[in-house]
Amino acid sequence: MLEIRGMTKKFGGLIALDDVSMSVGKGSITGIIGPNGAGKTTLFNIVTGLYTRSSGEVYLEGTDVSGYAPENLARLGLVRTFQNVELFGRMTVLENVMVGLHTRSRSGIFSCSLKWPTHIMEEKRIRDEAMQRLEFTGMTGIADIPAGSLPFGMGRRLEIARALAPGPKIMLMDEPAAGLNSRETLDLADLIRKIRDAGTTVVLVEHDMELVMDVCETIVVLNLGRKLAEGAPREIQENPAVIAAYLGEE
Amino acid sequence: MTEAKRDILGFLLFAAAVLIAPFFFADSYILNVLVFVGINTLLAVALNLLLGFAGQISLGHAAFFGLGAYISGVMTAAHSFDPWLAMLIAAVSTGVAAFIIGFPILKLKGHYLAMATLGFGIIVYIVFNETVDLTGGPSGLPGIPNLSLGEFSFDNDIKNFYLIWAFTLLAMRISLNLYRSRIGRALRAIHDSEVAARVAGVNVKNLKVQIFTMSAVISALAGSLYAHTMTFISPASFGFNFSVELVTMVIIGGLGSVYGSFMGAAILTLLPEFLRIFHDYDIIVYGLLLILIIMFMPGGLAGGFRTALERLSRSRKQGAD
Repeated sequence: MLEIRGMTKKFGGLIALDDVSMSVGKGSITGIIGPNGAGKTTLFNIVTGLYTRSSGEVYLEGTDVSGYAPENLARLGLVRTFQNVELFGRMTVLENVMVGLHTRSRSGIFSCSLKWPTHIMEEKRIRDEAMQRLEFTGMTGIADIPAGSLPFGMGRRLEIARALAPGPKIMLMDEPAAGLNSRETLDLADLIRKIRDAGTTVVLVEHDMELVMDVCETIVVLNLGRKLAEGAPREIQENPAVIAAYLGEE
Repeated sequence: MTEAKRDILGFLLFAAAVLIAPFFFADSYILNVLVFVGINTLLAVALNLLLGFAGQISLGHAAFFGLGAYISGVMTAAHSFDPWLAMLIAAVSTGVAAFIIGFPILKLKGHYLAMATLGFGIIVYIVFNETVDLTGGPSGLPGIPNLSLGEFSFDNDIKNFYLIWAFTLLAMRISLNLYRSRIGRALRAIHDSEVAARVAGVNVKNLKVQIFTMSAVISALAGSLYAHTMTFISPASFGFNFSVELVTMVIIGGLGSVYGSFMGAAILTLLPEFLRIFHDYDIIVYGLLLILIIMFMPGGLAGGFRTALERLSRSRKQGAD
């Protein structure tokens, strides 16, 4: 589904990512972990087109998408969420999800301005689909309140609903459990499995080990910009290099 | 009542109020002021698309207004083009100019975008002043003909009132349509989080240029209407001060609100007229009022209006219980 080859990123003299390669199988849940400054978010930002890379390639279903802009990746079915939750705060919950359907609709500035019949029909379809997504994430009751007034946990759920709206092939989640309480984290684990079962491959960067060990089938460990280990949760937990990276050498 | 119905009903009420307004203000001075309210509303609605919807500042919108006015003025006064044709050419060429400068300029953000649009506005203003052979320079361009339909000429305040408000109402309707549409949502998404908009698949760069161009075209139409109504234009109307006044209208009215743009334009056009009773102190009272509005209505007049309505309906409900 997603393949990263030899990804390297230099910020001036600092090497944030050093020749990182990994691949994500279709329909899997993959976790990327590592101590702070390991390069996890940098890797996400490059794959989703927000940062430029120094060298390396990204393939989405076999197509080279290295250096594609985020809006083009979205069209190809790659979406993401953010660590700090990026919502459209002054728009309603429903409208946020409707923006998520941008790539599944096509009305232009003229047909929108003049309320062309094709636009009216499309508008109804988008609204219905957005409502379905809210149902999927359990947010139907709050469709009309401004997204900016949601509590943090709900905001995160909405961001996920918006990312899922177009029915993406793959979703990258940047620390989805950050700032959530344990109850919300359990719900999140269920939601992540539900998303995968509905046909979207999931990749997450996460600090919450319990969540990662619980939901992920494969885990990639980064440390200081390099790939340290890759394997099933059990293997990672027992890997001496990983333990050393987290706890320091003895 | 559904949202769509409320939207249509609200607009019809507003349009009806505008259409009967002249019957209550037979006085030609007031009517003349209302013509200006119409032009300024048209401009504020245009700027609101860019500033209120997409959150992109322009401190040079008076330049687009001026380009519309001067292209229309020069073509008709000096070269006897048909005013409607001149208006069309003015709108299209201003749109092309906005499209071309839009790509480099709209890559900039915040203060840098403000500076770039400011610079553009000043350059255009200097061109109006210095190309004396073409524009008449600082002393202005007289002899611009009125618009006419066959034998019917828009040559007095009442006719101009309806002419201008027809355009203004159309622009308002288009803005309202756009607000609740795929493109309007994408624009508002850019306003709130550009990075999230891009990740959701919005082509931010193209959309910014599109709305900038649309805003410029409407401003140019306002300029043409202004030129053909006044029959005389001079660069002083299209300077930096007026660009700032337009931004003030949109902010005082309420960012993103179409009716707010009308309220902002109306207040900023009418206030100086009312404040004449303060003689030399009028400008102080004017400034003070603007500060008070922004302090107590951070959402602008439209936001304050909405809050007041909500409070009213809530207290009424409590009364019923």
